Amino acid sequence: MSDIVINSEKLCKKYVIGHQVENVRYIALRDVLMRKLRCVWHKAKDLMHGDHVLQGDAFEEIWALRDIDFDVRRGESVGVIGRNGSGKSTLLKILSRITEPTEGRVRIRGRVLSLLEVGAGFHPELTGRENIFLNGAILGMSRAEIRRKFDEIVTFAEIEKFLDTPVKRYSSGMYVRLAFSVAAHLEPEILLVDEVLSVGDATFQSKCIAKMEGVARAGRTVLFVSHNMVAVRNLCSRALWLDRGRVLQFGDVQHVVAGYLAQSTSAHLEHHWPNRDSAPGNDSFRLHRARVSGATHGGLSQITVQTPVAIEFEYWNLVPGQRLNLSLVLWNEEGTLVFNTFPVDEPTWHGRPFPVGLFRSRCEIPPNLLNSGNHRVQLYAVRDQNSVLFVCDDALSFQVVDAREESSMWYGRWVGAIRPRLKWSTALLMPEMTKSPHQERVSVSSK
Amino acid sequence: MHTSTVGQDEIVIERGRIEKNYWADLWRYRELFLILAWRDIAVRYKQTVIGVAWAVVRPFLTMIIFTVIFGRVAGLRSDGEAPYALMVFAATLPWSLFSTALGEASNSLIGNERLISKVYFPRLIIPTATIVAAFVDFLISFVILLGLMVFYQFPPGWNMIVLPAFIALAALASLGPGLWITALNVKYRDFRYVIPFVVQFGIYISPIGFSSSVIPNQWRLLYSLNPLTGVIDGFRWCILGRAPIYWPGLVLSIGVVTICLWFGIRQFRNMERTFADFI
Repeated sequence: MSDIVINSEKLCKKYVIGHQVENVRYIALRDVLMRKLRCVWHKAKDLMHGDHVLQGDAFEEIWALRDIDFDVRRGESVGVIGRNGSGKSTLLKILSRITEPTEGRVRIRGRVLSLLEVGAGFHPELTGRENIFLNGAILGMSRAEIRRKFDEIVTFAEIEKFLDTPVKRYSSGMYVRLAFSVAAHLEPEILLVDEVLSVGDATFQSKCIAKMEGVARAGRTVLFVSHNMVAVRNLCSRALWLDRGRVLQFGDVQHVVAGYLAQSTSAHLEHHWPNRDSAPGNDSFRLHRARVSGATHGGLSQITVQTPVAIEFEYWNLVPGQRLNLSLVLWNEEGTLVFNTFPVDEPTWHGRPFPVGLFRSRCEIPPNLLNSGNHRVQLYAVRDQNSVLFVCDDALSFQVVDAREESSMWYGRWVGAIRPRLKWSTALLMPEMTKSPHQERVSVSSK
Repeated sequence: MHTSTVGQDEIVIERGRIEKNYWADLWRYRELFLILAWRDIAVRYKQTVIGVAWAVVRPFLTMIIFTVIFGRVAGLRSDGEAPYALMVFAATLPWSLFSTALGEASNSLIGNERLISKVYFPRLIIPTATIVAAFVDFLISFVILLGLMVFYQFPPGWNMIVLPAFIALAALASLGPGLWITALNVKYRDFRYVIPFVVQFGIYISPIGFSSSVIPNQWRLLYSLNPLTGVIDGFRWCILGRAPIYWPGLVLSIGVVTICLWFGIRQFRNMERTFADFI
């Protein structure tokens, strides 16, 4: 009971968005004018009341969080998982008090630090010294406390020489070190970590992870929002799975993560259009089936960074004699185009005229090429290699899961659009001659 | 402050909770308030050539222009025997305090959006801290006033003691509209264009180049609806000490300032709960 540091009861967060009603037709000019006037009147009224003005005349409520109940005990690490838009960030925002819940309540015992806040309020024109005081105060440290820890902060950040240089002249590494150092000395009871924020900055992320482990070991509490199931499994004892603003599962991390992976990897892996006339396509090309598959692991098909991925399309060619080509464009979740591929080396049908009929094309992506994360396949059906017959933007989507050994030092998402395993070799070219006994042996043997 | 009691104190997050502890929270975050005010001052004159001298140059040049155009060219008179330049400067002082504070306060939330979207604290701190920064500017330009008084051999009277009250009135006059506009600015960026307009307009409708006693008596009360009239009259009374105070006007100005302030704070607090959702 007193050991519970975060207690959430029936927590809800609602957003209201406004938009124009579209299916009402206004014919008379008078109606249009009246409607505009009404909008202006409502806006003016909202302004005077200090409410938020909603654009348009129809309102829609969106529940970002709905009836969230959970407890976190002291010293526990809890992973928060769920797909994008499931309410993870909103939950974190409420816990760090940036936004208020609509209903329900959370009780928190102890000082909360959100890694969202790292470097908050840093001003580029101010010096390192000035920013330490500024940032410390923003994070909730008293001036006396900052003064007491000042030297430690500076040493940890390794910026002694640049203490009186404006922060805008810092390298990004120094900047991050300083920002992190201030936060690290806050000694929070509860640490909120959002992994999304640290994507791409390796130094920052590894420091965050190390800090997290340190915090958890020191008997403090960590709430870790992440898409990286390997990290969640290793760092957390329990997991909270959010789905469209609700708690789907909360409990033992292995169990919850397994459930999440099973659901998220099997959902959109296959489409089938049995009725040819309503299938996506047009008079010359129609889809029949689209499928993506990986290796099978214990009954559930899971695509990991180490498994080959097969993408398969079945389609109707409806115009006799046209030379069909499928062109696949693979996008990742950051919206980066990963690659584009088409069957130039396909031995049987490439470059030959297609008779009318059902075809199947299969493309294999080798293991150890794709990075983890969501991928989307965009399909182009091309005739004679120059005119596009049909484009399907969202033909397939699949998630590639990280599958590194659990002993790995690095839990973050690997940076880059792809993650190939390349061949590396290292050789010692010239040993340096020094007088340490070990080195001597080397030089003797080389004589 | 929080260090010793961590573990014992429990934070409850629910709808309306921030509202309830508002003023207590404001007091708890007083240190942050001071640091933000200090930051605004420190940042303002970094990367400038003459730095703090800007605080001196701006009101001084305004005074010279007014003295030349209105005093010499248009032939406006000072009231009493105070030199015209001194009379103008006694008005440009509160005017520049008001206009800088208003301008800075109205842009303060947008300028700190990264802070607002990341950390919790009573948002009222941000615009209020900018007013402190404007006040520091004011103190610097106050030195010129003393210089001018020495130059004209114009000794200050006992009225000077009341001056802080009028300084406060000028600051509060800018805080009210400043709070409202900065809150509106968060979602509707068009409100930032209001300020330069108000400032440009205000310099002509406020009694800066002339004494408010030149306004015909039947219009004088109406003229005092501009809260700066009361502020400037008060400044002149404290510094020059000759013309008697027009009481109905002053009371009206104070009333207008109070209403604006009440309205500004109310609007600000209504909107601040959702700043993070919109910024």
